[in-house]
Amino acid sequence: MALSATPAPGSTSLGRSLHFRASLPRNRWNSFFSLLAAFFAVIAVIPLVLVLAYVLIKGGSLISAQLLTDLPPPPGLDGGGIGNAILGTVVVTLIASLVAIPVGVGGGIYLAEYSRSGWFAQFVRFGTNVLAGVPSIICGVFIYGLVVSTRIFFGQSYSAMAGGIALSVLMLPTVIKTTDEALKLVPQELRWGAIGIGASRFVTITRITLPAAFTPIATGVVLGIARAAGETAPLIFTALFSPFWPEGVFNPIATMSVLIFNFAIMPYEAQNALAWAASFVLVVMILGANLFARWVGRFTRA
Amino acid sequence: MAASESTDLFELRRRPPQEKLVDQGFRQLSIVLASLVGLVLLGILLTVLSGSREAMARFGLRFLVISDWDPAGDTYGAFTAIYGTIVTSILALVIAVPLGVGTAIFITENLIPLRVRQVLGIMVELLAAIPSVVLGLWAIFVMEPFIRPGLDVLHQFLGWLPFFSTVPLGPGMAPAILILVVMILPIITAISRDSLQQVPPELRQAAYGVGTTRWGAILQVMLPAAVSGITGGVMLALGRAMGETMAVTMIIGNSNNFSWSLLAPGNTISSMLANQFGEADGFQVSALMYAAFVLMLLTLLVNVLAQWIVRRLSLKYS
Repeated sequence: MALSATPAPGSTSLGRSLHFRASLPRNRWNSFFSLLAAFFAVIAVIPLVLVLAYVLIKGGSLISAQLLTDLPPPPGLDGGGIGNAILGTVVVTLIASLVAIPVGVGGGIYLAEYSRSGWFAQFVRFGTNVLAGVPSIICGVFIYGLVVSTRIFFGQSYSAMAGGIALSVLMLPTVIKTTDEALKLVPQELRWGAIGIGASRFVTITRITLPAAFTPIATGVVLGIARAAGETAPLIFTALFSPFWPEGVFNPIATMSVLIFNFAIMPYEAQNALAWAASFVLVVMILGANLFARWVGRFTRA
Repeated sequence: MAASESTDLFELRRRPPQEKLVDQGFRQLSIVLASLVGLVLLGILLTVLSGSREAMARFGLRFLVISDWDPAGDTYGAFTAIYGTIVTSILALVIAVPLGVGTAIFITENLIPLRVRQVLGIMVELLAAIPSVVLGLWAIFVMEPFIRPGLDVLHQFLGWLPFFSTVPLGPGMAPAILILVVMILPIITAISRDSLQQVPPELRQAAYGVGTTRWGAILQVMLPAAVSGITGGVMLALGRAMGETMAVTMIIGNSNNFSWSLLAPGNTISSMLANQFGEADGFQVSALMYAAFVLMLLTLLVNVLAQWIVRRLSLKYS
């Protein structure tokens, strides 16, 4: 009997068959788990499809030249558009980019070029990760306390400037991280080559490494800008909202995201419709930027 | 003669002083810009702390456990919001983790053609790009009316549990949890996928070699090997869920009255801030800053823990 535990070569009657048998419990479990994973993947994709469908159909049907250029109507009235909010989103995002891109790229250059280790670089990396995890509404509270309540801009409280700065705080970690990662991808030989023919550190970085890393940096920055353009929480009490055309950067300003928030919770159908229209414009802009960045990013690895 | 020729050939370039100055200046500038991150973090902490000083002095730690929020009487307690923040984010995580990890496995395994998997991956990532306020709009007008019958059924059959004790009348914690699931799903999926892809193929081949099935290898080899990365991603998602503001604010109902029920309107710290900060003045601002400080501590803790997990338990196989 002890011998039967080690069957002779070629014998299948004593040992187990090596042929696949679908009826084995383990093979049944295998198919079950595969189906379950497929089911989960479908569930994960459904929200995107549904949200896109609703935004494109409900919002897209409202889009007209008038909608893109008019001011929003007073509460309860029909008609009007979201022109000031589109302009406001551009203004606020532009301010955020003007602050966050130079600071972020500079910080990234420090991390990648000057200090690969050491406590300060580690602290900056850690801080960047922590800052990326700070909830966006806390950035709003910070800028409220720093800019809005202290009225440092000509005694103005709520302003486009404050909103832009709040968004720049959100963009900063993204820009630093992408710059750091992109510069690390540049081959060390390029730097040695530049230094070898007598270029200074400054020239090496600005003429050789930064241009070599331009595409991934630009990709990351575009994604950061797209993210900032869709942010709402930090703008609610920094840029506030305005039903009129922007009156300079030191006054409250309308943005699409705050318009969606304000108009979605109003009990008027005209306002709700404008919220859908603004969602359409915002989603098309952001998804467009994402797909564009993805397309540009394909050239990086080639 | 020969010696002078060699120095002609390889003479070191003399660096002009202004070049050194530019080099030095650029380095200093980049250090200053990098240290801004630390300054901003410190600034956030100081602003929130100094803003909440009054409320801290008056309420102390009782702020965390009392649930009346009364701007007229100037008494504030954040328990309702803290309960809402923790319950919504934990429950969202409980639903999103199996979904996200399952999706990640599905798009790293070769069950279906590569092209389809890539498209699925891109779609999940694009979900992360949809602004939270748009998801909130969708939740108000499409999702909440759609799921309400289901919540009604929950109430009818499980109404004896305190968590389902109220009739769902629209906005509430349950729809907020579902929209949070949608928002954190892409994070969990992306990070789980990265961790799974980093597991060396030899491990899987060895598992197949001893005769296991695909799912035997996934459940007992791949997932344990990738668990640190996945846990880190889950913690990051938890931090995101706790701080998530707009979609939650629009669908949770913003009620300051405490209720155990998930079907009743509730509040989270971030939705409370979003709703009240713009109109608050005087002492209420201080109480809100205190709540913001609590939220910051919570998310900070979760995020630092996430980084620690990733670093401490990072792949032993790479």
